[in-house]
Amino acid sequence: MCGIAGLIHRGKSSNVGSELQGMLQALKHRGEDSTGYALYGDTDGKNFIMRFKVGENVGEGSSSVMEDVSVYDERKKIVDQTLAEMGAKVVKEERTLPYSLRYEIDYDTKDLLDFSQRIESIPGVEILSMGKSLEVIKDLGNAKMVCDRYSLDKVVGTHAIGHARMATESGVDIKSAHPFWGYPFSDVSVVHNGQLTNYWNNRRVLENKGMRFMSECDSELIAVYIAEKMRHGATLEEGMKESLTGLDGVFTYFVATKDSLGMAKDTMAAKPLVLYESDDLVAMGSEEIAIRSVLPQEIDTYDPFDGEVKVWQI
Amino acid sequence: MANLKTVSKKSKAQSMGMHTEVLTGRTQQKFFNPDEAENFYYFGTYDVDFNKRTELDVKDMTAPEANKEIDNLMSQGYGTIVIKNPQGKHSLGVGILNKLNLIFEGSLGYFGMGSCDGPIVRINGRVGWSCAENLMAGKVVIEKNAGSCFGAAIRGGDLICKGSVGARTGIDMKGGTIIIGGDAGAFTGFMMQRGRIIILGDVGINLGDSMYDGTIFVGGEIGSYGSDAVDSELTSSDQDWLKRKLKVAEIGENFDVSKMKKIVAGKKLWNYDNLEPTEKKGAI
Repeated sequence: MCGIAGLIHRGKSSNVGSELQGMLQALKHRGEDSTGYALYGDTDGKNFIMRFKVGENVGEGSSSVMEDVSVYDERKKIVDQTLAEMGAKVVKEERTLPYSLRYEIDYDTKDLLDFSQRIESIPGVEILSMGKSLEVIKDLGNAKMVCDRYSLDKVVGTHAIGHARMATESGVDIKSAHPFWGYPFSDVSVVHNGQLTNYWNNRRVLENKGMRFMSECDSELIAVYIAEKMRHGATLEEGMKESLTGLDGVFTYFVATKDSLGMAKDTMAAKPLVLYESDDLVAMGSEEIAIRSVLPQEIDTYDPFDGEVKVWQI
Repeated sequence: MANLKTVSKKSKAQSMGMHTEVLTGRTQQKFFNPDEAENFYYFGTYDVDFNKRTELDVKDMTAPEANKEIDNLMSQGYGTIVIKNPQGKHSLGVGILNKLNLIFEGSLGYFGMGSCDGPIVRINGRVGWSCAENLMAGKVVIEKNAGSCFGAAIRGGDLICKGSVGARTGIDMKGGTIIIGGDAGAFTGFMMQRGRIIILGDVGINLGDSMYDGTIFVGGEIGSYGSDAVDSELTSSDQDWLKRKLKVAEIGENFDVSKMKKIVAGKKLWNYDNLEPTEKKGAI
């Protein structure tokens, strides 16, 4: 059992960091092994923002192997060197935690595949997100703990999706935490609640097509699956609709891009989702209490039906 | 055992111990005299006065605290309780085995009004998954939409949603009536064993999948039929019953019930015997 939440403000920005924190904290009983945020902040859109990790959180409950902090420093140095070799200029650098970094990069490219492959060829380094407004922040603990650790409560933006995870089929670590970046697409992220039963079959097919998997978490498949469809010209909505038959199992998932937010529910409607829609705001979550954290007043909500796909623009 | 090569299909099944009892209509069976119903009480229930009314604000309460307070108010004789600010909390109003007029001014989360027997409930909002699960008797009315597993395993009573409901409505229900004013999702009536479901709008795929018995009435379009769910003739007594039920439910009063579809179990999936699969093949 995991919890997912998302919201999109249409035509305006809001304090999405704080709002999503409230929604995910309301769902913490659905799992607090790890919590992740995909925030689409207000930026000038000139530079790429790369969130990446050079190690794992090895705190209490983690399934990761402990490493010396000096290893993180070494990896960071190699990342800096690789970026310089590629001609990518780091405009701003933040190191929130020894293993977690945020770079603003001046780099002129439309193809992030080669860029990502070179960075991730460094052992122990994983790009959590790459985009001009997307930032994926994920770590162990519940929503408030992660929000406080990364000071997310002041992030202003248009939309966001998040995930409160109860680890079932893969480890308690950052690499298995949601959201997943839709590698190698700029500004694409995914969160998922459910189980995919044809994970390995799909993974083998997608890996043969050159797609990359960083974890053994079945949910990562959704991000890779949709990214692969988009790579061949499908729109986000088309990719999501294909996933209803291409993915087997029970699932409700959200996908976000730079300017849109979508949801899909499997054909058995086995996983919950409650949705609120108005002209200026769409909010959704695994349970109504998530929506109530941002809209405490009496509102009209509903459960989307089986096999339903919806996409909203900012 | 009889010679399976020479006997008819029906006697083959009987001789092999397969169940052939016709269950249709058993929901009408009276097990006790209704005139004596007032003499039946659960241990620990209260004598309440419907004219004695109070309000309870549960905004800052947990669900167990709110439920305990409802019980406390009933013990003081309050027969009408208005719950303010439920704000989507889970498991509110569960386990009420008492006559009570309960009104929620707002929406409930999961498992609202579960395992109840007797109360009359009106929810001026939406409900989450598994509302009124295991309802034994009474009436629960939801003014807006409802989530999945609406009325799961209910044994009796009336469960009414004026909006639309999610998937698996009436799953495993064993009696009672569920009435939906809007649309219903996939697997409605999944494995239902008795009782009736009325849907005025459209219904999703696999309607009545693996149903044992009971009846489903649909006013709109059907996504697809589930395994062993079949059409049946809508009789005039069905129509009279539907009209009465919709009127009492204050829903779809002017709905043209003559155009509704009636779905029942084909009863080919019944499996009450102890036969091995190969033996069953021979019998069928």
